Amino acid sequence: MSVVVRTIARMLVPVGLVFGAYVIMHGHLTPGGGFQGGAVAASALALILVSFSAKELKPVKGLLSALESTGGVAFVVFAFLGIGFTFFANAIAGMGGLFGQPVDYGPNPGYLNTSGTLPLMNWAVGLKVLAGLGSVVLLFALFGEGEDDR
Amino acid sequence: MTVWAILQVLVLVFTVVSAALAVWLRDLLAAALALGAVGLFLSLAFYLLLAPDVAIAQAGIGAALTTAIFILAIRKTRRREEEE
Repeated sequence: MSVVVRTIARMLVPVGLVFGAYVIMHGHLTPGGGFQGGAVAASALALILVSFSAKELKPVKGLLSALESTGGVAFVVFAFLGIGFTFFANAIAGMGGLFGQPVDYGPNPGYLNTSGTLPLMNWAVGLKVLAGLGSVVLLFALFGEGEDDR
Repeated sequence: MTVWAILQVLVLVFTVVSAALAVWLRDLLAAALALGAVGLFLSLAFYLLLAPDVAIAQAGIGAALTTAIFILAIRKTRRREEEE
């Protein structure tokens, strides 16, 4: 692509990745969540693929595959954390520690360090969606260039 | 008629106009960008209808990712539509 597209892409890609991470991180407080944030971050990845040559990103393929598997496995592992009660039970909400801050009943401004396994599952889903959509676009960009050994 | 109703009608009109442009344009790259504009205005309409969750998903998938896939496909084939 032209110099204009590449310059704008250099400016917009970090913004897109950070906004995707923001949407994932505040998934239990504000609209959005794992899928939406992962899609926004994957669109930043697609912007790289459109602006620059896809061959330079070919080594990332294995990393994306590993990230997608990690996200899927992590989601199920976080679901199994509540197996003492039921599958998907929120075991670490309100227990202190990571995402475990207890919350009083009634309205509050929204505390980030709450909700137990929900933010962790949001991160797992976000990682999986980012890696999945990213590898779809990456394979599509590599297709037909003599580089599609899959 | 409140300002919100006017905005909603305006956004829907822009959606239809962009969709018509996507059909009418002969330059396939411009048509793909018009299709991206359809997704963008649809996401604005979702936001005005108080569904910000759907709006973020529509902006990420409908406006950005499908446009990127169309642009990659156009790069691998021809840019002009053939005249009948």
